Amino acid sequence: MAGGTKVGGRREGRGWPLLSPAVIVLGIWSVVPLAMTLWYSTRYYNLLDPGRHFFVGLRNYDLLFSDPGSLTAIANSIILVASVLVISLIVGTALALLLNAEFPGRGAARLFAISPFFVMPPVAALIWKNLLLNPLNGLLGWMMGLFGLPVIPWFSTAPMVALIIIVSWEWIPFATLILLTALQSLDSSQIEAARMDGAGPLARLRYIILPHLGRPVAIVVMMETIFLLSIFAEILTTTSGGPGDATTTLTFLVYIRALLDFNVGGASAAGVLAIVLANIVGLFLMRSVARSLNR
Amino acid sequence: MSMRRAVLAVALILGGGAGAVRAARAETLAVAIVNNPDMVTLQKLSPAFTKATGIHLNWVVLPENRLRQRVTMDVATKSGGFDVVMIGPYETPLWARSGWLDKLTNLPASYDLDDVFPTVRDELSYKGALYALPFYAESSVTYYRKDLFKKAGLSMPAHPTYTQIAQFANKLTDKAHGVYGVCLRGLPGMGENMAYITTLVNTFGGRWFNMKWQPQLESPAWHKAISFYVKLLRRDGPPNAASNGFTENLALFAAGKCAMWVDSTIAAGSLYDPSQSTVAKVTGMVDAPVQVTPNGSHWLWAWSFAIPSSSRHEAAAKKFIEWATSKQYIEMVAKDQGWVAVPAGTRKSTYANPAYLAAAPFAPLVAHAVETADTKHPTATPVPYTGIQYVDIPAFDGIGTSVGQDMAGALAGRMSVAQALKRAQRSAKNAIEAAGYGGP
Amino acid sequence: MQRSFLSRLTGLAAWFAALLIAFPIIWMLVTAFKTERAAIAVPPLLIFKPVLGSFAAATAQTGYLSFALNSIIVSLGATLFAVIIAFPAAYAMAFRPGRHTQGLLIWMLSTKMLPPVGALVPVYLIYRDVGLLDTRTGLIILNMLMNLPLVIWMLFSFFKDIPAAILEAALVDGVNTRQQMQHLLLPLAAPGIASTALLSIILAWNESFWSINLTAAHAGTLAAFITRFSQPEGLFWAKLSAASVLAVAPVLLFGSLTQRHLVRGLTFGAVK
Repeated sequence: MAGGTKVGGRREGRGWPLLSPAVIVLGIWSVVPLAMTLWYSTRYYNLLDPGRHFFVGLRNYDLLFSDPGSLTAIANSIILVASVLVISLIVGTALALLLNAEFPGRGAARLFAISPFFVMPPVAALIWKNLLLNPLNGLLGWMMGLFGLPVIPWFSTAPMVALIIIVSWEWIPFATLILLTALQSLDSSQIEAARMDGAGPLARLRYIILPHLGRPVAIVVMMETIFLLSIFAEILTTTSGGPGDATTTLTFLVYIRALLDFNVGGASAAGVLAIVLANIVGLFLMRSVARSLNR
Repeated sequence: MSMRRAVLAVALILGGGAGAVRAARAETLAVAIVNNPDMVTLQKLSPAFTKATGIHLNWVVLPENRLRQRVTMDVATKSGGFDVVMIGPYETPLWARSGWLDKLTNLPASYDLDDVFPTVRDELSYKGALYALPFYAESSVTYYRKDLFKKAGLSMPAHPTYTQIAQFANKLTDKAHGVYGVCLRGLPGMGENMAYITTLVNTFGGRWFNMKWQPQLESPAWHKAISFYVKLLRRDGPPNAASNGFTENLALFAAGKCAMWVDSTIAAGSLYDPSQSTVAKVTGMVDAPVQVTPNGSHWLWAWSFAIPSSSRHEAAAKKFIEWATSKQYIEMVAKDQGWVAVPAGTRKSTYANPAYLAAAPFAPLVAHAVETADTKHPTATPVPYTGIQYVDIPAFDGIGTSVGQDMAGALAGRMSVAQALKRAQRSAKNAIEAAGYGGP
Repeated sequence: MQRSFLSRLTGLAAWFAALLIAFPIIWMLVTAFKTERAAIAVPPLLIFKPVLGSFAAATAQTGYLSFALNSIIVSLGATLFAVIIAFPAAYAMAFRPGRHTQGLLIWMLSTKMLPPVGALVPVYLIYRDVGLLDTRTGLIILNMLMNLPLVIWMLFSFFKDIPAAILEAALVDGVNTRQQMQHLLLPLAAPGIASTALLSIILAWNESFWSINLTAAHAGTLAAFITRFSQPEGLFWAKLSAASVLAVAPVLLFGSLTQRHLVRGLTFGAVK
């Protein structure tokens, strides 16, 4: 890990031609749609109302902020992201610890445990919605019936819980994969030494293993947050944001405004809000993670 | 530089590839359709059309909610993604007014336009000109299980009221045996729960807007209708009712889980077909329920084919939609699937055909429902709009969607009926004012 | 004695947990071979005569093959371009870092924070005007943009592991930048590039937002293919399962076979 820095220290300027394609492409990508969104957000612009297209100032924002649905959407986004993060980290750690032990068929078991990561979101959502969570014919309902538990019509009575279950299932493997890799790199002699010193399994977990997982956890949090903030297909194929606005996240609110109401102005205002909030979260996260990565 | 050259080469290959594919598809139509059994049949029979004309068809099959959204986006932005779109009487006049659809003139004599039901033709016209050809038309009726009624000692009147429906449902519900008294649409969506709920509100005497375009969603009629709906479905409906749309309820009824179901006439073909339905022999059918006024108690909808003006294959597209909505096509379906499965509700000749009447005992009721649906007078009081289960203004797309979610929220018990109606009123008011109707 | 019992118990628990996680996929696979009536049977049927009818129904007239072809072209194309653009950038940042490198990296990743839905209308209208709507080229560009920041980050972290001394020695021998990248870095970093490309392919394959909203009759990928089953007619679970199996099988196999290589990339080299 000798610093690669020395090679180019004196040639800093020469990096730019190499960097510029990436910087230009990403620059356009991050500026043009944003600028257009900002522009539309100040206009009355409904795709179904082709004749009328005019400046309305901040009216779209006014409507957005006076609509209680916006707050609900922000809250839903936070609930979804936070719950899935917590669940995938806890379950992921437990799974990683289990899969790190020596046992027959370990390679195959690991493959099984991470397989959901490769399943595309609409498929995951549809399989869960129908085969597993359907109250009349679904497998889970039948199993709960065996234990004498009542049938839960998941998508009516607990839609957010159902959504969290589905999304967590998709993202637990990611956390597992990364934490498992971190565990494998843990110096086994250190653990052995602790064991010799009479440290029990819990003490070893608490004082040696968990502290070692700090960086991988930071990575999981950052990567998952990026993807979780734009969760879309799972909502579209299960609840379409409902019932009511029970599962309408900010992302989905923008979608409803833009593609169900065709209200480009309103959608753009909500989009600007989504972008601002995502960037606040993002910058905060990335600063801390980037720092820990470059240590 | 070799890297740049490689990039260019790849770009050329990809671009060239795409171009070549385009050229090969010169006479290929992109057809957007909804996924239902009639459309499966259409796809199955379409090779005959391709053989006769050399025109290939590229189907885009979507669920109803997604179809409406995807097609509207394409047509409204004049993107030209589709050559033929499947739309209904809500979209046709609005889109025709915006100049997004081709006028359909010079239909061949063999097409026999006069054979199409006048109510259906009117719905697909704007300023006297036709803009879409109907594939099938539907109204709504009440389906019920004769065997369950008999067992419970009940009899279904030919013109039931909602009060009676509620009484029957209460008696027929047998959750231990997985039988629910009544199934109704709960899945949010302008074409899903709102189509049904609007007919319910209509017959309870409610309306969407008064003559000044002020939303009326907090009126007593709406309160009564929605409270009735929520109470009835929660007491006697299937679990998860808020996720059940037309297709889900069709599956439930066909599996013998519903004692009654108020929905589209189009379900009759499947329900009376023993290969698709476990209750084919014991299904009965009467008028849609009525409460205080018969106006607007049953809807009128015609899934129709139109040609977006952004299409680049308009002549071929016209050939296709003429073929798909012709008498000859109906005969093809009859030969292939039997008369019971032919596209219903569009042509008088179908209902004059003894073979069809023999195969489809429900036919007269369907024809009657389609012919009597009065889109100009959807409720007891006058309204400034047309449309029974919708309001024919562009803003209704958004209003229908968000009110649909509110109603589903009330049904799922996430908010009270009063709260849901308050939210609905508010969003309807915002949308209608933003669109420039009425105002303060 | 006690230890072996404990380890056996751990093994059992691990297998149980792994199978539990994979269960929905297994169940989907099982259901795909049932008839429609068997698929909704309660209690669920575990013993049944497997049939292939659902696969036939899911592929008949649905154009499955053209959707699959689109998925392959889009995910490979997007990955290729992302790597080509990212490679020199990552090289520059890893071996010639300046004062702005750190900030640049953060900025690049922050572009991933833009919720795609916020850019939908602008992108749709731009695409319409330049004729990219419903084209594979259009999807390749978007997937490339979506994946580029991650690809840069991953390549960057792989490059940082390569001892700079090797490259430096070459410089002394009068080798220019291009030769250095092509003949030294490329072979050295090949495993890293492979794992990066792998992840990018998987992400592009599973990307559904743009594919659902920007395609009509031509460029739809398997993610768009599957949404047609989201609210279908009558009994459809077996058909849905068969279609799902067809949509995820390629990447599931591909990903499983190569999962070892995925890990290093995903952790940005921070976990080894």
